[in-house]
Amino acid sequence: MTEFGKILAFMILAIVFVIVGIFTAYLIRPHRPTDEKLLTYECGENAQGSPWVRFNFRFYIVALIFLIFDVEIVLLVPWVLIYQEYGILGFLTGFIFIFLLVAGMIYEWRKGDLEWDRPESEKFMANTFKLPKLTLPAKKIKEEVTN
Amino acid sequence: MVTLEHYLILSGFMFVTGVVGVLTRRNAIVVFMSIELMLNSANLTFVAYSSFLGNVIGQLFVFFVMAVAAAEAAVGLAILIAIYRNKATLNIDEINILKW
Amino acid sequence: MNLTSTDYLNILPLLLVGAGILISLTVEMYSKKSVGFLSWFSFLLHLLVAYYSLYTVNNVSSVFGGMMGTGGTVNIFYFIFNFGAAIVALLSMDYIKKAEIYFGEYYILLQSAVLGMMLMASATDLVMVFIGLELMSICFYVLAGFQRKNVRSNEASLKYFLLGSFTTGFIVYGMALIYGASGSLNIQSIFSMLSAESTPILFYVGTLLFIIGFCFKIAAFPFHMWVPDVYQGAPTSVTAMMSTIGKAAAFSALLLIMLPLIGSKNPQTFTPLFTVLSAASMIFGSIVALAQTDIKRMLAYSSIAHAGYMLIGLAAANDTGASGIVFYLAAYAFMNLGAFGIVSLIEGNGDTEGTIESYAGLSDRNPLLAGLLALFMFTLSGLPPFAGFFGKYYVFIASLEAGNVWIAVLGALSSAISAYFYLRIIVVMYFRKSDVASDNIITESHTSLLGIVISAILVIMMGLTPGSIVRLINSF
Repeated sequence: MTEFGKILAFMILAIVFVIVGIFTAYLIRPHRPTDEKLLTYECGENAQGSPWVRFNFRFYIVALIFLIFDVEIVLLVPWVLIYQEYGILGFLTGFIFIFLLVAGMIYEWRKGDLEWDRPESEKFMANTFKLPKLTLPAKKIKEEVTN
Repeated sequence: MVTLEHYLILSGFMFVTGVVGVLTRRNAIVVFMSIELMLNSANLTFVAYSSFLGNVIGQLFVFFVMAVAAAEAAVGLAILIAIYRNKATLNIDEINILKW
Repeated sequence: MNLTSTDYLNILPLLLVGAGILISLTVEMYSKKSVGFLSWFSFLLHLLVAYYSLYTVNNVSSVFGGMMGTGGTVNIFYFIFNFGAAIVALLSMDYIKKAEIYFGEYYILLQSAVLGMMLMASATDLVMVFIGLELMSICFYVLAGFQRKNVRSNEASLKYFLLGSFTTGFIVYGMALIYGASGSLNIQSIFSMLSAESTPILFYVGTLLFIIGFCFKIAAFPFHMWVPDVYQGAPTSVTAMMSTIGKAAAFSALLLIMLPLIGSKNPQTFTPLFTVLSAASMIFGSIVALAQTDIKRMLAYSSIAHAGYMLIGLAAANDTGASGIVFYLAAYAFMNLGAFGIVSLIEGNGDTEGTIESYAGLSDRNPLLAGLLALFMFTLSGLPPFAGFFGKYYVFIASLEAGNVWIAVLGALSSAISAYFYLRIIVVMYFRKSDVASDNIITESHTSLLGIVISAILVIMMGLTPGSIVRLINSF
């Protein structure tokens, strides 16, 4: 029996076990339905409104930023593997790429896309030539708690 | 034994599914997903050939396609949001002020 | 293969534009009132790069281990893209205020699109073609939808995006098949296969998909459906850019296929395909343009017809054809930039449509603009003394050399049809009184006027000395 054959045997055994368990329970359990019992179980409370709520738009921007930076990292993998063959110039070439990514990130930071609550436009422009403080959600919650 | 032909048939199937999806579906998001399917079928072809030719250039290309597809997805979804805010629909039959 | 610092020196035009993008990005981040600065900055940047690329035109070399080539035709393309972009920057200065898209990002995207085009023109490897194409296209998707609140602009952007990325799918799949058939992504080694004894059918399928994808980008006939809508809905300055240097960039990538073909055993491999595409584009573009009432749509259909004329050069597949296409692209770029510049001045605010009727009596209201528009219409229709005539002349000559007479005849015929709708605008401007009390006020803009006049001068110059320019292109 090959390794896959063993896995197949285990899977068949698992399926049989579950089916046999459910079937025996069906045979020997009492069957007395009431309205209460047939209700969909939703954490003890009746559902309020549709579960299809709209998410805050901010999640979308964060997801986009994540997506782009996440995927760009893929391009660094081949560079890491071979840059030594190209000497110092090859090393610096990779840094140009990282520098471009950083430039993009600073742009997002300045535009306020990393702030969880988007700054008011006046407040945002008041301190031109100064990077705004990067307030992470976790830090803010802690501040609120201490207040 | 999985041969090169198997990969090519699968990727060809994916590509055609993508093309048919673009041509027949009416929701812009689904159309966009079909386009991603087309790109991924190309990626599969690249990787399969790269493996069977013993040549890494194809795998390198896949990295670029993935990175570019991510950038395209970001821009595309932003465009879809802009149009949804103005028209509250993503059905491409209803987006027809300009003659199609 | 080794990286050397001469590689970086050789791609200095690309590095300059890249540095320009970073500087613009930084300036835009830190100052809200940067748009005025950025417009002049990108104008000067592109002018500088255009000058530098002509200055180093003889420096033919291959850099980064055969990924890119510089010098020669590549630098001439650099010149077309950058000079065109400089004119677009001039045309945009006042237009983006009127169109309510007065944001610094506009110029950053413009510069990035030009960088993408330059990558595409200099590519000698399919990876670079793909990166350049996508950089350009993504910038154009955003620019087409730049008027976020305007439903037309949104719609143009969505259509352009969906069809454009659909096309990208074709191009990438084509590249994958080409790679599979030839085991390489380097264009020179790929197309050396064409001289080999037997070429796998897979290779032809891949190349066909690749060509279909680029026919989308250059707006040739069966793949043209996005063109009128996108040209009409996008901001006019963006349309000016997409229709001229964007098209030139897509053609530069198609030339990549054709140039190795010329030297190969069987240069006429793709001639039937290109001939059919070009004939269909010319006839379709010219005839449908007759029926248009909106000037931007009319120019869009005329752009389809012009793609057809340029494809004649590709079908000929000889040196005359290649240099003819480059000349035609330059001529078309500048005459169309001028025409769209005037359209951007005359088009009203908001939803006022740029109907041809609204040009009635323009010769009384603004004789200078009317004269310039008449000049551009003459040259677009291909009447002798200007650049447009010589562009057509060279591609027709190329096709006669290749023994493809009937396509040249068809081209001449379609030029005759297209003369009707170009000259109609001149008739409307000069011989029809405007019945509506001229309600769309012509925007006063010195910078736009400067851009239009520069294009006009270039068009006249290219008409006076076409031979020397073609000799320059031919010498590489």
